[in-house]
Amino acid sequence: MIALLACFLFPVQVSIREDGFLHRNRGTFFVLAAFFLTGMAQASGMGDPALGAAVFKKCQSCHQVGDQAKNRVGPQLNDILGRTAGGLGGAKYSKSMIQAGQDGLVWSEDTLDSFLERPKSLVAKTRMSFRGLKDPEDRANLIAYLRSFSKGSIGASNMQETGQGIDIKLDPSVLAMVGDAEYGEYLSSECLTCHQSSGSNDGIPGITAWPTEDFVIAMHAYKQKIRSHPVMQMMAGRLSDEEIAALAAYFSDLE
Amino acid sequence: MKLNRRVFMGSGAAAATALAAPMAFAGGHGKPRVVVVGGGAGGATAARYIAKDSKGAVDVTLIEPSRMYYTCFFSNLYLGGIKTIDDLGHSYGTMAAGGVNVVHDWAVGVDRDAKTVTLAGGASVPYDQLILSPGIDFVEGAVAGWDLSSQNAMPHAYKGGSQTELLKAQIAAMPQGGTFAMVAPPNPYRCPPGPYERVSMVAHYLKANNPTAKIIVADPKPKFSKQGLFQEGWGKHYSGMIDWIGDDFGGGNVSVDPGAMTVTIDGEVTKVDVCNVIPAMKAGRIAELAGVTDGKFAPVNAIDMSTKADADVYVLGDASQQGDMPKSGFSANSQAKVCANAVRGALTGSRVFPAKFSNTCWSLIDTNDGVKVGATYEATDEKIAKVDGFISATGETAEVRKATYEESEGWYAGITADMFG
Ligand SMILES: Cc1cc2nc3c(=O)[nH]c(=O)nc-3n(C[C@H](O)[C@H](O)[C@H](O)COP(=O)(O)OP(=O)(O)OC[C@H]3O[C@@H](n4cnc5c(N)ncnc54)[C@H](O)[C@@H]3O)c2cc1C
Repeated sequence: MIALLACFLFPVQVSIREDGFLHRNRGTFFVLAAFFLTGMAQASGMGDPALGAAVFKKCQSCHQVGDQAKNRVGPQLNDILGRTAGGLGGAKYSKSMIQAGQDGLVWSEDTLDSFLERPKSLVAKTRMSFRGLKDPEDRANLIAYLRSFSKGSIGASNMQETGQGIDIKLDPSVLAMVGDAEYGEYLSSECLTCHQSSGSNDGIPGITAWPTEDFVIAMHAYKQKIRSHPVMQMMAGRLSDEEIAALAAYFSDLE
Repeated sequence: MKLNRRVFMGSGAAAATALAAPMAFAGGHGKPRVVVVGGGAGGATAARYIAKDSKGAVDVTLIEPSRMYYTCFFSNLYLGGIKTIDDLGHSYGTMAAGGVNVVHDWAVGVDRDAKTVTLAGGASVPYDQLILSPGIDFVEGAVAGWDLSSQNAMPHAYKGGSQTELLKAQIAAMPQGGTFAMVAPPNPYRCPPGPYERVSMVAHYLKANNPTAKIIVADPKPKFSKQGLFQEGWGKHYSGMIDWIGDDFGGGNVSVDPGAMTVTIDGEVTKVDVCNVIPAMKAGRIAELAGVTDGKFAPVNAIDMSTKADADVYVLGDASQQGDMPKSGFSANSQAKVCANAVRGALTGSRVFPAKFSNTCWSLIDTNDGVKVGATYEATDEKIAKVDGFISATGETAEVRKATYEESEGWYAGITADMFG
């Protein structure tokens, strides 16, 4: 479930094109891929960053990396190697991730490898609702890809955005709507039948502490049946634009 | 003050002992009073939401005889050996902490003129608005040869707790190569896929512990919920073990003899080792005693779950007759939130928002082989009407099925937290 959801979330860059709709950019992934293939993979002899770029799609639901990467549901991942766990200002972390950092967890190739294999076995209560990557090669490739966005790597000086999401048509006025938080609270009670208010991610991902814009885009992506999950498509499908805004207003007031 | 003087005077002493907690008993402080009967999926949710959202402006009393609530949901997984009985039990302690006055007693009568509920202990509890969510009882004489006095020999296990444990013990005690029979219920009944998930989980247990055992299902219905998915799964995991006899083959023409442990299906007598009789259902008896039922269930208005019989009495969950929603814990929980919003609005003037309902029922066919069906609903003048729905597909990958099962575990944690806080 978690992996499934994660695969289909693509909040990356939003731009407004001439037609006035917001689009998720399709980035310059192929250009990058070619570069890595010749450059990095051979140099390191470990993971293949070009293949890692494909693995990274699973992460893009929540993470950005590259030139314009921002913190979204999860922290941006530039310079992740060498970063103290839970240590990036402005990013939202679970208490247990911050604690892990205070206890000395620093992201290296080894620690990332074990975290990516099964996030919860390294940091029990991480907000990261991702099942993990079983295949050691996938992990090595992904880490190689991330390394290319970390200081001192060849890739870092050639950063590009990594957005290659799916187009979602959303009128800017919809994104700008100010929701009725009290109505949102009532509507949110329907979410809580499945999504725990504690933010737990077991079986069903937590939905607390999402950036408002990501939340709105995700709900519209379900509504437009771009994000795939039958229950969520159904639930979002009957929410009006005002109702999605109301929910977003309520959830952003939380915490 | 809405207390019926005669009832109050008569039962004051008993009331004082039964209701040690601070009640809105004499109504002196003028707070509006909500009484909720039944602390299950509907009642616990409604009580908790009204108490939580009104922030103390409404007195909420929950009347529930049991100290622990054992969910029916996931009880089949307990039969299958996948969950323990402790996984299913939930205490009401958290509700008291959430501002709900929990009274452990049976409601035995409702005086709608005096607006009081009488408890078995003798107390009389006044209400401004009354919410009934008593679940189901069984229709007498529904299965020839069976009545409540036979529930030890032939358990229904269709209310949570001891009946489920009894059925589990009987299955474990079956001789090698023995026969498990189920008499399935006619529509409408709680949890449409429930009997078939149960068949799957019993088969799951038997496959590991008693692989030559047989399962017979006598069904008064020609078809059932998620039939394609279940039958695909039965063929795949339990080939040759399950014999489902639908109405077309006489499955509705059934009688049982609890003394002789026999089941007679369309004239053919079979000796069985375990017989799970799930009779036809009706609203929990208190709804009938309150005079809000019409036939087997209580007709309600879709916008707020108030009964057609009395605008100050609401019926939630399995006991209600509301339209298109299946009788499920998810539905009862969903209806409770709509009702809580309306009741609070009526009593405190808080905003009342449009009714929105939803349901999803997950079922487990074998380890990590989960399926689901769900829909959204809206209130029309006439009923709760289905808007949109979906169902798992046959032939899904093992990965999808596993994810679906894991999702059901997430749902279980979510709904029980939503009910009890
Ligand atoms: C085998 C099985 C599997 C199921 N699986 C699922 C599932 O996977 N998903 C799902 O959504 N649903 C499932 N259900 C259905 C679900 O359990 C019910 O639909 C749900 O519990 C209904 O809620 P309710 O509030 O109407 O009644 P209940 O939850 O039954 O609660 C009724 C409560 O009222 C109390 N009560 C009754 N009479 C009185 C009285 N006179 N005074 C005081 N208290 C009283 C009872 O003690 C009880 O606690 C399943 C059911 C079964 C039997």
